[in-house]
Amino acid sequence: MTELDSRVEGTEFADGAAGMDGAEARAFVEYYRSMLRIRLCEERIGWLFSRSLTMGTAHLSIGQEASAVGVLAAAAPTDYVVSTHRGHGHLLAKGASPAMLLAEICGRATGYCRGKGGSQHIGVREIGFLGTNGITGGGLPVATGAALSSKMRGSGQVVLCFFGDGAANQGTFHESLNMASVWKLPIVYVCENNGYAMWTAARTVTSVASIAERAASYGMPGVRVDGMDLLAVRGAAREAIARARSGAGPVLLETMTYRFCGHSKSENGRGYRPSEEIAQWEQTDPLPGWRGRLLAAGVPAAEIAGIEAEIEAEIEEATAFALNSPYAEQEALLDVYAGATAAAAAPAWVETENPVVSQPVASAAATLAVLATEATDRSEVIPAGLPLVPARNAVGAVAHATARDVRQPAVAVPAGEGE
Amino acid sequence: MNGAAHTVGGSHGGPHAAALQQAVVSRAEAAPGSAPSVRTITYRQALYEALREEMERDESVMLLGEDLVHGGGAFGVTGDLFARFGGGRVLQTPISENGFVGVAVGAAMTGMRPVVEIMFMDFITLAMDQLVNHAAKIHYMYAGQYRVPLVVRTPAGAGRGYGASHSQSLESWLIHVPGLKVVAPSDAADAKGLLKSAIRDDNPVVFIENKMLYTKQGMVVDDQAPIALGVARTRRRGTDVTIASYGRMLDLSLQAAEVLAPEGISCEVIDLRTLKPLDAEMVTASVRRTGRFVFVEEGTGGVGAEVCTRVVERCGAHLRGRVVRVAAQDTPIPSSGPLEQVVIPQLDDVLHACLNSLRTD
Repeated sequence: MTELDSRVEGTEFADGAAGMDGAEARAFVEYYRSMLRIRLCEERIGWLFSRSLTMGTAHLSIGQEASAVGVLAAAAPTDYVVSTHRGHGHLLAKGASPAMLLAEICGRATGYCRGKGGSQHIGVREIGFLGTNGITGGGLPVATGAALSSKMRGSGQVVLCFFGDGAANQGTFHESLNMASVWKLPIVYVCENNGYAMWTAARTVTSVASIAERAASYGMPGVRVDGMDLLAVRGAAREAIARARSGAGPVLLETMTYRFCGHSKSENGRGYRPSEEIAQWEQTDPLPGWRGRLLAAGVPAAEIAGIEAEIEAEIEEATAFALNSPYAEQEALLDVYAGATAAAAAPAWVETENPVVSQPVASAAATLAVLATEATDRSEVIPAGLPLVPARNAVGAVAHATARDVRQPAVAVPAGEGE
Repeated sequence: MNGAAHTVGGSHGGPHAAALQQAVVSRAEAAPGSAPSVRTITYRQALYEALREEMERDESVMLLGEDLVHGGGAFGVTGDLFARFGGGRVLQTPISENGFVGVAVGAAMTGMRPVVEIMFMDFITLAMDQLVNHAAKIHYMYAGQYRVPLVVRTPAGAGRGYGASHSQSLESWLIHVPGLKVVAPSDAADAKGLLKSAIRDDNPVVFIENKMLYTKQGMVVDDQAPIALGVARTRRRGTDVTIASYGRMLDLSLQAAEVLAPEGISCEVIDLRTLKPLDAEMVTASVRRTGRFVFVEEGTGGVGAEVCTRVVERCGAHLRGRVVRVAAQDTPIPSSGPLEQVVIPQLDDVLHACLNSLRTD
């Protein structure tokens, strides 16, 4: 497809770890640690979900670990990452703490976003993580903007923008790649192609066999690699990141991967993926493969077992941390606006003089009690109702609202908020 | 800046002129020897000056939008800013509204202060995902880790026969999005002062410029200070009816007050200036005095729905007449001039509304 392709095919270590230096050996062990952390953490998320201990749903990336770890192995710590709804792996590979990740997913105050974001909305400023993202394709323009900012500030940072095959059919994909190419921005678009946009086979809704082909439309290199092969991913990502950092512009990297779990935790076996296909992909599971590679490279089995025990303990501790953490106090709700005071950010109903709306109502019975006391008051204070006057007919068509009509929405707000 | 002194007065005089004169006098007293001056400039020029001065003041301020290189955008607001500041700070974008608003969000999260131009407010519909699901929520949902100091400027409103896809006033959609601020100035001084504040604000601000106001003349003091967002302004004192409005409809409201005064109906006129956060205090304080309320807007009534509800919630015991909205008819905007006038509020509508507000039956 492009000049980058040929170089990617034969990665340096594709035939094993022979000749590996000490730094590389340590890096290989770290990759295992990182992939295992993602795997065990996400398995734990599934467990927590099954016991209703998480908030909302969760999109697991089990099976896709080599893509996340391979790309970020090629990045600098100061580079930005923009992620997706399936972003736990990207977070952990970038250096996020499993404890704060689990706390966030469990809605706790100690989570990265005090429990307000949840799985699909986790940003971690201190590690340059610009957010998981609940809108398919929503991160692409944001990532492109971060790359523009990096270029304007001359900071040398590259943006790693992850998205899936589904997002490649959003307008934001096309708009973003076009702008990044025109402005030669330091960004690598990483399409993790797991073959399915939720329950829809990508091949049935995508105009090209390979999403990397689309790079040609935007005047940038497009590279497709085996996303289950960490070294292939890392090699391609290194090339792409170097190109982006040099000022030569963006690259579209497509990692062919597979999620071993469903789209989300709400999935209950809809038969959209043939079981033979799942079984075939499971043969390429990056974790056992990488473990074997370490053993072959001479890493002692005891050391590997030690790492496994260490990560298991880490996830246990993270789980305990999350589940023992409190939920955030209500003041966590007040930072809707940057620089806002508590008073300025308070919900409107708190300030009103009308008792119906000034008191958050805790129960249906309390609501009825308040309504009973309010009924006569309201009819007195609103003698004429609420006429709506359309233009050109200001006097003619006057709609009268009854006191009851006026009252209902006012009550609905605090009742909903209060519960 | 021109810097020369200009006449105080003019077609949009009244309380505004008095306030400006007062401001000038105060300043002269405060800083003897300086030469305070007031210039009459267009709303468009005021916006241009705010952009230029903020770009000079802060290197992180940048512009993004369509057709900024030749002519300074479709309505010429950014003027020669591309020539002055270059392509490094004034980026002419492809026609990709959702894309470039999102680009501005990402840039704002990482240290820049982008000011985006959406050529017509109607096109903001293309960027609603980035505006609503990203810009508005990022500070909150990431628990304050990221700020989005972004301004989206956009011309709104009818009056020029542009038809259904180039004439809408969609601000009522935006005021219902937590995390956004929405500003809609009605004259040159406010346009300049509010745009400066919007650019300096650490939150996403949608800045609505009514396209019929671009050529409107108004007085601006030199070195116009930023005007705080979220603060309304009483433009005329009155005792019988409170009229609140914003943008182009503010002038209609002032005209109505002028017409009704000789008839013995004294109207207080409030310019909201910022629609979100809403200065409900100023409106409700006024309604508690007058006991009657009329709201005038060019959109289909959704801003009024919010403001009138606040008035009813907070002023119930003080209301002596009806709460009345004047708004566009619930139709798309027709291109034909006479039809457009039927749809968009006219002076008669405001007059009728004021009379209606006095009814007690």
